[in-house]
Amino acid sequence: MTTQEALFKYTLRLGDTNLILGQRLSEWTGHGPFLEEDLALTNIALDIIGTANSLLEYAASVENKERTADDLAFHRNDRQYYNLQITELPNGDYARTIVRQALIDCFDLYFYQELAKSKDETLSGIANKSIREVTYHLRHTSSWIERFGDGTEDSHNKAQTALNELWQYTGELFEMNEVDEVLIKEGVAVDLNIVKQKWEKHISELFQKSTLVIPENVFMQTGSRKCIHTEHLAFILAEMQALPRMYPDAKW
Amino acid sequence: MSDNQGPVWEVFVQKKAGQPFVHCGSLHAFDKEMALQNARDLYTRRSEGMSLWVVPSNAITASSPEDQGPFFESANDKVYRHPTFYQIPDAIGHM
Repeated sequence: MTTQEALFKYTLRLGDTNLILGQRLSEWTGHGPFLEEDLALTNIALDIIGTANSLLEYAASVENKERTADDLAFHRNDRQYYNLQITELPNGDYARTIVRQALIDCFDLYFYQELAKSKDETLSGIANKSIREVTYHLRHTSSWIERFGDGTEDSHNKAQTALNELWQYTGELFEMNEVDEVLIKEGVAVDLNIVKQKWEKHISELFQKSTLVIPENVFMQTGSRKCIHTEHLAFILAEMQALPRMYPDAKW
Repeated sequence: MSDNQGPVWEVFVQKKAGQPFVHCGSLHAFDKEMALQNARDLYTRRSEGMSLWVVPSNAITASSPEDQGPFFESANDKVYRHPTFYQIPDAIGHM
């Protein structure tokens, strides 16, 4: 695998993960638990879509085959998407949305801190910008985790159920393959083992403080590095891509 | 949307260091941290400020419309309280 191929796949993986997560979160717009929180989550979704846009634009320029960021977003099917499976799962109730978001925010914080040291200037630039956004996202979702966990019996149970169901999708966050190997040698990609240590410590402290228990001995789902997904991705893509696929020349 | 959206808070935004905090609106939140975060999301997302105050609305004591006469109208005929009888040097500018 050439460095260029690896960089394309790496950037695409990051871009896809942000795009699908942003698309999922934006389903809450207008349906949040109350007005202020609706706006807060919509803001977070918008930040994440912004990051996806920067990453997919960069992926398109790395690939250098006259495909644009929009082509990458709207003209690939589910077996060509590299997003983490956890991002495509349905939102569920608000506790589930927030638990997933906190798991990912925490990963993103430590991931972007490492990516900011990348020798690739575009990636380190995107990382530096994202650190500030993600720091705020994590602060917001962490405070909800504490309220849910240490709140009422109902909120505690909902958050615990979400954690039990979502934990099996966290193994994927730290999977590395040839793409990572090639780019780590070049000083471009992040060694996810470093992120994993920091993430595990932070997450276990957060959930402990919130009286929630991380499940043990869980079988970890896998597949997104090979474009294998849950049944949910095809549906979200169908909705997201309907317009550009029906009217390929549409401008907006 | 839930019926219970929490108590109301008033939001004050400071545009730049040294400038006064200006009231810009209100919001719902269940605690201080949530009020601060909601204020950030509602009132500063277009770079309106760099510092925030949130105050529970019920902590504010307001004058009532009936107070208008005794509170404010007696000041109307005391023009000498305005510094309009002095020459203000140009260098001082707008006071």
